Amino acid sequence: MQPLTNRSQAVNRAPLTWWERIYLPAIIGGLSITLKHFFRKKPTINYPEKTRPFSPVFRGLHILNRDEQGRENCTACGLCAVACPAEAITMEAAERLPGEEHLYREEKYAARYEINMLRCIFCGLCEEACPKDAIYLSETFAPSDYQRKQFIYSKNDLLIPHPEKEPEAYKKALGNRAGKNEVK
Amino acid sequence: MFLSIDLIYILEKLILIVIIVSISMVVAMYTTLAERKVAAFIQDRRGPNRAGPFGLLQPLADGLKLFFKEEIIPMFSNKFLFVLGPGLAMLTALMTSAVIPWGSKLELFGREISLQIADINIGILYVFGVVSLGVYGIIVGSWSSNNKYSLMGGLRAASQIISYELALGISLIALLMVTGTLSLKEMVLQQQEGYWNIVYQPLGFFLFLVCTFAECNRTPFDLPEAENELIGGYHTEYSSMKLGFYLFAEYINMFISSAVMATLFFGGYDIPFLDESTLPVNVAGVLGIVALFLKIAFFLFLFIWVRWTIPRFRYDQLMGLGWKVLLPLALLNMFLTGAAILFFDK
Ligand code: SF4
Ligand code: SF4
Repeated sequence: MQPLTNRSQAVNRAPLTWWERIYLPAIIGGLSITLKHFFRKKPTINYPEKTRPFSPVFRGLHILNRDEQGRENCTACGLCAVACPAEAITMEAAERLPGEEHLYREEKYAARYEINMLRCIFCGLCEEACPKDAIYLSETFAPSDYQRKQFIYSKNDLLIPHPEKEPEAYKKALGNRAGKNEVK
Repeated sequence: MFLSIDLIYILEKLILIVIIVSISMVVAMYTTLAERKVAAFIQDRRGPNRAGPFGLLQPLADGLKLFFKEEIIPMFSNKFLFVLGPGLAMLTALMTSAVIPWGSKLELFGREISLQIADINIGILYVFGVVSLGVYGIIVGSWSSNNKYSLMGGLRAASQIISYELALGISLIALLMVTGTLSLKEMVLQQQEGYWNIVYQPLGFFLFLVCTFAECNRTPFDLPEAENELIGGYHTEYSSMKLGFYLFAEYINMFISSAVMATLFFGGYDIPFLDESTLPVNVAGVLGIVALFLKIAFFLFLFIWVRWTIPRFRYDQLMGLGWKVLLPLALLNMFLTGAAILFFDK
């Protein structure tokens, strides 16, 4: 029969030689192998203390963006929800009232904006679809939780911190994504 | 004569017993941690490192977990024997520590305290008597749990002990022919003056080591509890701290066996290349204890190292090895030793 792979080998069924039958050389060989591994550097990363460095194109948890004055970018156009192949995004639009100009950049805004992180496949199509640079995927991933309903992230969970009220947190959340989407 | 027994002497021995039993417990606890750590390191992992610094509190967490587990006694089991099993295993594991000389002696409060609970002149026979009783814990537990896997495990333990105790005893006879004494204390004294017994009895030591692995039910001879064929063997039905006792007894057995090996073949509390009699008594005593525990630590590491390297024997291979290889080798060793003693007229 033709061998199916080029790596197949015939099993050696020759009876053990005397040297093999006293086992000891093989056992000592095995012990030295395990001892070598004992002193080897461990590849494990101690997770909560240390995190794996992500590549700059990593697609993680979503963030809803604000502009420099802290106004929400999203105009509830729904393009992200349409683009989403996993149908993870739900939103409700509302009209901006007079006096709310400092809160929302456009006349229409998302009153409710939810992403179901259990449905999301982190493809990043919502980020690509958004005409307002309002949503992008950050370099963190959704933390674990005990209940399914905790994985439906509301606007509060997704919104980036206010750039004027909490500048440090804003910078941190922005990461090295700053201005990434502005390059049109 | 009977009335003149010194009360302080009894108190001293009681304190010594408490200390040694607690030390055995603590060492056994930390051997479980060492086992997990060494296993992890050998497999390129880190092992438990969450409970306390470097995972040092892990044994406590494990123990607590075992305590809080639900305790299940199977309906068709013999309840008395079911509870007796782990107790027996633990009892016999701890009892052996009585005759091991843990150090030379200390001088405290003007009294000379020998660091051995009982220096009986048949010390090593006592060890073997008690160690072979240990298998009753396993057999009683496995038989009373009324479960076919447990019974298989118990049967295996029994036949394994018989096959290996024989080779163990005979390899020991050769050693006794060299030393001419059964008392462990005296053996240490002899080794302190002359060479360690490993020099006279390398083959004997090797046989002893292999048989000790079998006695402690350690891989590659852990047939009685083979996880993947007997789903835990003799302790399949056990839960909670009764299971803990079985697992713990295994580690105490390892500890005591390491101590016995160190005492018999590696000079016990003897410090190599150092004449203890030049040191003050207390310093020599403490250093001796440290030396013994270093030797024990080495053997414990060996136990663990071998466990995570070598796969388990098949049952017929195990029996073949015991009866067809180790026993003849032990006999050969005995004859050679006898011939050498006659020839050199030692
Ligand atoms: S990343 Fe992909 S799956 Fe997730 S919400 Fe955006 S479009 Fe939907
Ligand atoms: S996030 Fe962007 S695409 Fe989605 S609704 Fe808001 S503005 Fe439109």
